[in-house]
Amino acid sequence: RQAGVHLSSPSPGPQVCIVGSGPAGFYTAQHLIKARPDVQVDIYERLPVPFGLVRFGVAPDHPEVKNVINTFTQTASQSRCGFYGNVNVGKDVSMDELQQAYHAVVLSYGAEGNRTMGIPGEHLDGVYSAKDFVGWYNGLPSCRQLNPDLSCDTAVILGQGNVALDVARILLAPVPLLKKTDITAPALEALAKSQVRRVLIVGRRGPLQVACTIKEIREMVNLPGTKPEMVAADFEGIADALTAVARPRKRLTELILKTALEAPGEKEQERRRAALRSWGFRFYRSPLEVTADPSGTRVGALTLAVNRLEGSAEAARAVLTGEQEVVPCGLVISSIGYKSLPMDPKLPFDPSRAVVPNSMGRVTEAPGLYVSGWLKTGPTGVIATTMNSSFDTARSLLEDMGSGALDLSAHKAGSHSITSLLENRGIKAVTFSDWEKIDLQEISRGAAVGKPREKVLRVEEMLELAHT
Amino acid sequence: GSSEAGTEAENKVTVHFVNRDGEKVTVKGSAGESLLDLVINQDLDFDGFGACEGTLACSTCHLIFDDDVFKQLGPVTDEEMDMLDLAYGLTDTSRLGCQVCLTKSLDGMVARVPESVADIRQSKDGSS
Ligand SMILES: Cc1cc2nc3c(=O)[nH]c(=O)nc-3n(C[C@H](O)[C@H](O)[C@H](O)COP(=O)(O)OP(=O)(O)OC[C@H]3O[C@@H](n4cnc5c(N)ncnc54)[C@H](O)[C@@H]3O)c2cc1C
Ligand code: FES
Repeated sequence: RQAGVHLSSPSPGPQVCIVGSGPAGFYTAQHLIKARPDVQVDIYERLPVPFGLVRFGVAPDHPEVKNVINTFTQTASQSRCGFYGNVNVGKDVSMDELQQAYHAVVLSYGAEGNRTMGIPGEHLDGVYSAKDFVGWYNGLPSCRQLNPDLSCDTAVILGQGNVALDVARILLAPVPLLKKTDITAPALEALAKSQVRRVLIVGRRGPLQVACTIKEIREMVNLPGTKPEMVAADFEGIADALTAVARPRKRLTELILKTALEAPGEKEQERRRAALRSWGFRFYRSPLEVTADPSGTRVGALTLAVNRLEGSAEAARAVLTGEQEVVPCGLVISSIGYKSLPMDPKLPFDPSRAVVPNSMGRVTEAPGLYVSGWLKTGPTGVIATTMNSSFDTARSLLEDMGSGALDLSAHKAGSHSITSLLENRGIKAVTFSDWEKIDLQEISRGAAVGKPREKVLRVEEMLELAHT
Repeated sequence: GSSEAGTEAENKVTVHFVNRDGEKVTVKGSAGESLLDLVINQDLDFDGFGACEGTLACSTCHLIFDDDVFKQLGPVTDEEMDMLDLAYGLTDTSRLGCQVCLTKSLDGMVARVPESVADIRQSKDGSS
């Protein structure tokens, strides 16, 4: 190690690069910066705007969840944290180049792919993935043109996780409530004209296997202007099974049972009588085929297979009974999961689990490479889950720096070399203070219409605002 | 003296936190303050604590109490229970720190910050 050599490096300590600026990227950065006073952490983000699914996934009527942005902003404001938005890693700059420039690279680019149902009719107009539908109402630039047709009475959502419930809630929420959120202007306009009165949330298995959390169910139960519409037969034997389950599952199931089966009190009866919209779970059903309406191009109905369960609790498997059921509907939204994609064919990727194989965040057989967030764990869990697992990855990285397992002896030019590469390629990165210009603009546009922000929907406009 | 005219010092409530590494950190707060307020005001460094800033949207302010203290903490709302159910290492004497307010009678209490080891079994699906 040549201690005497003095190169004009931005910082003499370890240079770490993070790919993706969602919760995983920011929580990993936060932990690294806090634990090592000499580390420089640079976050590269494909979009001109940071925060990943906190901006583009979390529902507009959940502003509290987005409070994590304040902590991310604090991290980004540290002198030892760089932010380079509008940089598509794998295209604008290669993984090789990043690994040349940094001692370590942390992959945290999330799960931007989509699981498809793989059934006939999936391509018909009126069939959307929840990922695109959520992207549309949250202002994801690539989903700007979705313009979903909401002129039908019944919508069917396939899947019973929190994303499915987010979509159901947004479809049914009173427009005056949505008006006060950061939902995009086009989505608000479309929802104000929506004819959707009834939303069915369909799952392959039973009430004991729903993947959503109780908070989201309680929000449906309390959603103004709506009433529950369930099928009593779906709940046979469920109450008896509850003695054997842990508290979270027990409370959640009890809430569903109460909503579905209990005679409501007077006030609740009154509320339900006045409700013009309804929602309900449908259990033990798998999608078989989407069929067209008379136009031949739009969805008219969904054929479902009737299942029964084999085994019990979380491990229960859905088995076809051979029976079928046809549900007339004009909108089908499949919410069967996000999926990570491989970025560079040279990097390890486990196609069966759709994650980067790793041990405690260390990418398998790839020294200097780490992974955090949904790319590491698969697309499950809440932000707190992502936070904990990102701290774990940061701990592994710190340990490797300390133990010498990660070679820190070589000089690494970090962002210096990458920004000059980008300049040569005509790519103008968006810094965090550039983003703050977009942020201010969005907030002031929002204030004008009584919203916390009015999101900018086009990448070109984001760049214009950032670079003026 | 528990009279309202008591001095500043008399109205202080001592809280012993046990952090994720098992170390004890003792601080003083004021009656009415929440345990999350206390953690923030005293600059206690519990990684990731209070992510949603006390709005009942995260469960990262999860704390564990001794039985006798837990009984004194007052009622738990359904909404708090809903978020608690997502917390790592949930116990029968768990509460969310942003929902627990200090009172003089809690003076000397111990609040444990649970370990944050990712527990896959507890994780809930945010996606499917
Ligand atoms: C619809 C929806 C609603 C949710 N609601 C909640 C909620 O209410 N509460 C809660 O706690 N959790 C919620 N979650 C879960 C939460 O969003 C995730 O736990 C978390 O966002 C995962 O973080 P991540 O950083 O791994 O991925 P992401 O947040 O997806 O971040 C990945 C980032 O990487 C960037 N990126 C992708 N490719 C590249 C590339 N090639 N180069 C550079 N950058 C790239 C992306 O643009 C993105 O910014 C929700 C999830 C979804 C899908
Ligand atoms: S700080 Fe989020 S629930 Fe208490």
